[in-house]
Amino acid sequence: MKILIPIKRVNDYNVKVRPNQANTDVDLSNVKMAVNPFCEIALEEAIRLKEGGNATEIIAVSVGDEKNQEQLRTALALGADRAILVKTDKALQPLDVSKVLVKVYEKESPNLVIMGKVGIDGDHNQTGQMFSALTNLPQITFASKVELNGNDVEVTREIDGGLETLSSSLPAVITTDLRLNEPRYASLPNIMKAKRKPLEELTVEELGVEVKPTVTTLKVESPPEREEGVKVENVDVLVEKLKNEAKVI
Amino acid sequence: MTKILVLAEHDNNSLSGATLSVTKAAEMLGDEIDLICTTSNISNLEAEISTLTSVKKVHVFEDKIFENEIAENTVDCLIAVSDDYDYFLASSSTSGKNIMPRFAGLMDIQQISEVIEVVDGSTFKKPIYAGACIATVKTEQSRNVLTIRTTSFDKTSTDGGSAEFVKHDLPANNTNKPTFVKNELTVSDRPELTSADIVVSGGRGMQNSDNFKLLEGIATKLNAAIGASRAAVDSGFAPNDYQVGQTGKSVAPNLYVAVGISGAIQHLAGMKDSKTIVAINKDEEAPIFKVADYGLVADLFEALPELESKL
Ligand SMILES: Cc1cc2nc3c(=O)[nH]c(=O)nc-3n(C[C@H](O)[C@H](O)[C@H](O)COP(=O)(O)OP(=O)(O)OC[C@H]3O[C@@H](n4cnc5c(N)ncnc54)[C@H](O)[C@@H]3O)c2cc1C
Repeated sequence: MKILIPIKRVNDYNVKVRPNQANTDVDLSNVKMAVNPFCEIALEEAIRLKEGGNATEIIAVSVGDEKNQEQLRTALALGADRAILVKTDKALQPLDVSKVLVKVYEKESPNLVIMGKVGIDGDHNQTGQMFSALTNLPQITFASKVELNGNDVEVTREIDGGLETLSSSLPAVITTDLRLNEPRYASLPNIMKAKRKPLEELTVEELGVEVKPTVTTLKVESPPEREEGVKVENVDVLVEKLKNEAKVI
Repeated sequence: MTKILVLAEHDNNSLSGATLSVTKAAEMLGDEIDLICTTSNISNLEAEISTLTSVKKVHVFEDKIFENEIAENTVDCLIAVSDDYDYFLASSSTSGKNIMPRFAGLMDIQQISEVIEVVDGSTFKKPIYAGACIATVKTEQSRNVLTIRTTSFDKTSTDGGSAEFVKHDLPANNTNKPTFVKNELTVSDRPELTSADIVVSGGRGMQNSDNFKLLEGIATKLNAAIGASRAAVDSGFAPNDYQVGQTGKSVAPNLYVAVGISGAIQHLAGMKDSKTIVAINKDEEAPIFKVADYGLVADLFEALPELESKL
C-alpha cells in the first residue's frame, strides 16, 4: 500500500509573523521555516502505518519554489521513502495546490492520501476537501484516530460537538487534527540518509495545471492592539472591578 | 441582482446560532438571501427558520441520510441549487469547514475562509498566521464561497419572516463517500462555548482532570461555558470540543477568564476578541497578562476557591 503525504513549507509555529513595512504582505525575510505541524502529523501517521506493516511506500509531495526541498528532505529524514517537488515561483492558493495534487495522485495512484487539515500560515483549511472533491475520493477531515482494517479505514474526527467516527473503503483522503499523534524528531543518521533518498522535480506547467491568482491580497496589517490592562492585588479587587468597572458580572 | 445562498447549520432539532450571524454577513452583500437546509426532519426546524426576517426562500432536502453530516451528501445538494447564486456562505464551524471547500473545489471557486469583515462585495478581511496578521483580500471571481467567523458578526433579526419553503428531491450522484459509524457528543447544561456571554477556561496549570473541576463552581455561578487550552485537552483534563484557539473554537464573550493558561499565540487566536479578559496565573511574566484587562498573579489553587465563594 502506497501513501501520499502533501507537505507544506510554513513559518515555524513559535515565530510571531508580522506585516512588512509597506503593509502589502507578511515579512518572512528572517523567519525560520518548517514543515507545517499538521503535515508532520500526517507524515507521522503514515510512518506508523508502515512500521505496523500496513503500508509499503510513503511519498512526500510539495508544491512551490526550490526552497521546499528543505522540507521534503525533512520528510525523507523522518521516514518518507521518496519525494516529489512540483515547482512554481507563483503564489499558490489552495485550489491551485489541490489541482496539482490531483495530477500527482493520478501519476502515483496511492491507496491513501493523508494531509494536514490546515496550514498555520494562511489558515485556509481547504486543500484536503478540494482535493477529495476533484478526485471523487471519500473525504474524512479533522482526524484524531485512524484505524486500518484491510481495505477499510475507520477514522475518529474532532467536530464542534465532540467526536464522530466514519468508515470508508480505500482509496480515501484523510485530513489530520492535532491529537492524531505526536510526531517524532529526525535522528542524525536519518538526516544523513535522507540526502541520498530520491527527490524528483517536476513543474506545475509539465503537469498541465494553470495557476490562477483569483483572490489577491491588498493589505496585511497587525490586528488592533488591546490596551494593556492592570494587575489586581487580590480576589476582592478582581470581583469589585468586574462588577463596577467592567460591569460584566 | 445579487443572490446569496446560506447553508443552514443545525442538529436536526434546532438551528445553530451560527446561521444567524452568517445571515447577518449575507445582508452586507445583498438582499436576495436564501437558505439551503439539508435535514432528516424539516418540521423540527421550519418554525425557527421562519423567524429569520431577511430570508426569502429555503431550499429543503429532507431525507434520513441527513441524520448525520456527511460532507458529500450536503455538497451534492448545494451543487443542485447553485445555478442562480453569486455567493455561498456558511460559518467557519467544523461543519462549514468540512463542507464549503469541497463545494468550492467542485465549482472551481477559490474559497475565502474565516471572514471577519465584509469591506465590499469583493473585498474581505480575514485573520492569517494564527491571528498575528489581518489580511484584506480581493476576489476577481464573479461567484464566491465564504466561510464566516461568527464572533465577528451580530445576529440577524428573528422578528419573523415570510420565507417560502421549496422541497427538492435528492440529487442522483455517484459520489464516493464514507459511512457514518457513531457519535460521541459532549452533553452539557451550560451555555454553548462559542455563544456564551462568559467563558471560564483552564490550562495545563490545572494539573489534572479532578482539579479542572474547580472551574465548574465558578462557571455555574456565572452561567458560563467552560473552555480549555490545547495542553489541557491533550492531557485529558477536558474533551476536545472545549479547545479554544487557532485549531479549536473562536470565542468572543463579554468576559473570558483564563486560568493557568500561559497565552501562546495559538490560544490567543481564539479568544483575544473577548470584551473583557481576566488572567489568573502564578507567573507574572506569562504572555496572557499582555492581553488581560485584569491580571491576578496568584496560585490558582488558592484563587479559585476564594473567587467561587465571593461571586
Ligand atoms: C499548530 C498548533 C496549533 C495549536 N492550536 C492551539 C489551540 O487551538 N489552542 C490552544 O490553547 N493551544 C494551541 N496550540 C498549543 C499552544 O502553542 C500552547 O502549547 C498551549 O496553548 C499551551 O497551553 P497552556 O497555556 O495551558 O499550557 P502552558 O503553556 O504550559 O501554560 C501553563 C500555565 O499555567 C501556569 N500555572 C501553572 N501552575 C499554576 C498554578 N498553580 N497557579 C496559577 N498558574 C499556574 C503557568 O505559569 C503557565 O503560564 C497549538 C500549537 C500548535 C503547534
